[in-house]
Amino acid sequence: MAPNNSVRHGRPGFVLEVDRSTPPTLFWHGEGFRLEKLPVGSRVVYAPEPVTALKDPDGAIRHALANPLGDSAPLADLLTPGMKLTICFDDISLPLPPMQKPDIRQMVIEAVLDLAAEAGVDDVVLLAALALHRRMTDPELRHALGDRVFDAFAPSGLLQQHDAEDPTKLLHLGSTEAGEDVEINRRAAESDLIVYVNINLVAMDGGWKSTATGLSSYKSLRHHHNVKTMQHSRSFMDQHRSELHSSNWRMGKVIRDAGIKVFQIETTLNNDTFPDSFDFLQKREWEWGARDRASFLAVSKTLDRTPDRLKRSIFQGIKAPHRMTSVQAGEVEAVHEVTTENVYRQQLVQVEGQTDVLTMGLPYISPYNVNSVMNPVLVACLGLGYFFNLYRNKPLVREGGVVIMSHPTPWAFHPVHHPSYIDFFEQVLSETTDPLEMESKFEERFATDPWYIHLYRTSYAYHGVHPFYMWYWCAHALQHLGGVIIVGGDPRSVRRLGFKPASTLRDALEMAEDVVGRDPSITHLHNPPLFLADVR
Amino acid sequence: MRALLFERKMAKYAAAAVAGRLVPGGGAKVGPLHLADIDEPELPGPGWHRVRPRLAGICGSDLATLDGRSSRYFEPIVSFPFVPGHEIVGELDDGRRVVVEPVLSCATRGIDPPCDMCSAGHTGNCERIAYGHLEPGLQTGFCRDTGGGWGLSLVAHESQLHAVPEDLTDEAAVLVEPTACAVHAVQSSGVREGDVVVVLGAGSLGLLTIAAVRKLCLPGTLIAVAKHPEQRALARSLGADIVAEPEEVRRAVRRSTRSLTNGDVLTGGADVVIDCVGSSSSIADALAVTRPKGRVSLVGMAGNTTVDLTVLWHKELVLAGTYAYRHEAFPLAFEVVREAKLQRLLSATYPLDRYAQAIEHAAQAGRRGAVKIAFDLRTERRR
Repeated sequence: MAPNNSVRHGRPGFVLEVDRSTPPTLFWHGEGFRLEKLPVGSRVVYAPEPVTALKDPDGAIRHALANPLGDSAPLADLLTPGMKLTICFDDISLPLPPMQKPDIRQMVIEAVLDLAAEAGVDDVVLLAALALHRRMTDPELRHALGDRVFDAFAPSGLLQQHDAEDPTKLLHLGSTEAGEDVEINRRAAESDLIVYVNINLVAMDGGWKSTATGLSSYKSLRHHHNVKTMQHSRSFMDQHRSELHSSNWRMGKVIRDAGIKVFQIETTLNNDTFPDSFDFLQKREWEWGARDRASFLAVSKTLDRTPDRLKRSIFQGIKAPHRMTSVQAGEVEAVHEVTTENVYRQQLVQVEGQTDVLTMGLPYISPYNVNSVMNPVLVACLGLGYFFNLYRNKPLVREGGVVIMSHPTPWAFHPVHHPSYIDFFEQVLSETTDPLEMESKFEERFATDPWYIHLYRTSYAYHGVHPFYMWYWCAHALQHLGGVIIVGGDPRSVRRLGFKPASTLRDALEMAEDVVGRDPSITHLHNPPLFLADVR
Repeated sequence: MRALLFERKMAKYAAAAVAGRLVPGGGAKVGPLHLADIDEPELPGPGWHRVRPRLAGICGSDLATLDGRSSRYFEPIVSFPFVPGHEIVGELDDGRRVVVEPVLSCATRGIDPPCDMCSAGHTGNCERIAYGHLEPGLQTGFCRDTGGGWGLSLVAHESQLHAVPEDLTDEAAVLVEPTACAVHAVQSSGVREGDVVVVLGAGSLGLLTIAAVRKLCLPGTLIAVAKHPEQRALARSLGADIVAEPEEVRRAVRRSTRSLTNGDVLTGGADVVIDCVGSSSSIADALAVTRPKGRVSLVGMAGNTTVDLTVLWHKELVLAGTYAYRHEAFPLAFEVVREAKLQRLLSATYPLDRYAQAIEHAAQAGRRGAVKIAFDLRTERRR
């Protein structure tokens, strides 16, 4: 048996129907939790339990590199003396939460570097595939790559971060048949081989998106990071119905046709998301033992007395015990097909039928606030962009239904990481919450603002256009839903987002009835740990 | 006649300063202002008329005086006791309604030949406001001889009178004098077509300035900075393209001008900033968001302030005060009031005997969702 295969030991996902004996349900609420009593008859969707991890991940990595999928030679055969090799890797947005050491990127890159060294490859550059995300700090890079790799590459400038705003470091490769510009990192494009090291947390990640998005520029990204694409990606977690996926795959063809060789290495994780001290978060409430209840009470009471800043720091310090469940390497599309199956194996939950009201507790973290502040725009994006789109076939909530999210939604921003978000929130959202209107009226101005560009390039700021993308991520949900309510949020922030604030879940459910009618069906997304609802 | 009288009583003035610091407008209750029965002012000579105020507004400079915040600069150019009130629409003995232009320039003081400023038409800059046959007083409402708008009668020279068109209500006309200040501020700010203009503050003077900018100029972008929600809504309805809260001003101007920043100061910025607040923080904001070689017009009365002027020096900014108006500002002010329907800014009127509440309301106007507060003297009993 190939060491790549792991077997399921955890139980599959589960849909609970709430009855009178059901204990209160845990809702994430930013850096805290709420216990909510859902009405009898409500459904709660739980993630599958963690798939058993690979017993020998290093062996699995070596096996994958030597036994590539698709039309690809083993990595060792692709490495030759004198060649130019660029090893690209996913940035700080993956995985969530950041994983305990050793990070998967470290494990894979060390194996690749061993092969490169054996083959006598001298010209090697490591490149963080930031796209328009913020640059990673040295400690973040060190965590992702490990001390050995960091210390070998960083001092000599061979550990680099993609700069989507340096025209001298970009190469325009051409256009897709749909007229989409394909412009990627010049060093990568001019390399004899790109090795891309991916962590596939959700089904949207990986494949051609790694290079076509991760190494690209605004000029290229704007062709799929837009309202139309998002509204036609139903969902973007389902590659067969995702225009985002299609656009990236068209761009991938241009990359391939330009003669650029990509050796793709993709990994999947189990959803063992929280360390022992938060073990109750991994369990279903009716299965909580005395220790879980005691942990919950201790954590909740402590958080109640903890200042917000310290709470943020405690939660951002969490390192997930995620373990690798698969690794596959070789030709991009062949690899990604297997990866997607492995993601589904961990995350898919069958759910029968849609719901009138979908409730969700939003945690403290999203891909764009690692070691940062979950600002209101990211709250909207996490709920309506990510969680709403965690479906296959059809959304969990029916058209015209209501999403109720629980999050404190403070009017707070990280001034270094999210400067353009502040302006977006102050100016754009105060004028319009319509994605199409803001796209036509404001996007380009923000995207080309020299100050944001300066901060993106030299500080640790997300690109000026990034908050727009967060809002576009919500476009499908905004088009689909009849209303959005946030429980326990700062009313000013919530209203600025165009949503309705509610003090309690009960109030929110009453408000939702104004939209969907009396006695609505209710479904709660018990997430994280992450899952993907396969809605029939 | 009944009038609110402001007397020179230092102990009460000190008490007003303390009360005003505790509660804005609180100085009216304990300070030197009181309701009194006094003789009507006498006509100083030919060319003077008796005016019976109908509505008289409460201005920021009045509030500073009542709350003991006025600069000592004013001591030689006012005369006690005086009846405050210089935003006046009143009625002449023959029934004609007039707006009073309160500046007491050479023409009103019988000084001939007039000073250089008055000769040039800059009556607001008259060099003789403490001279001539009138007691010192920079305006009606600060001069012992003329009376003021917060009484049932005052005297005004014919050069001070502007006829009110029949179809203009008193509620609109009482806004003409402060609007003339705004017109003058905009005219002297040198706004050019396409400029980015910032108006700091959206009390009555700020809002009137926004209206005046829209009437008189063609700015590329007009940014208003307003503290309170009602002010923000009004600023937008009067023509501001962007409305920002005070703490947002740097970001709002930066993104409109695509400036970079050096610390807290924009490297570029607005072409013209009109500061209608006049506090140390508003002046600091103004200097920070004005482009090199740009202009800051100080319309709000500044008083004693502490401001770091390094940025003014380094960016070669022009910081200019603007006070009152030229006579010619009034016809334009009438037009602005009419076209922008500025009567909507008159939020409440009070009788004289409720002056303490009126002044407190005016001093807290922004946070109470109000703009201009005035005394209504139309129903006061005359003796």
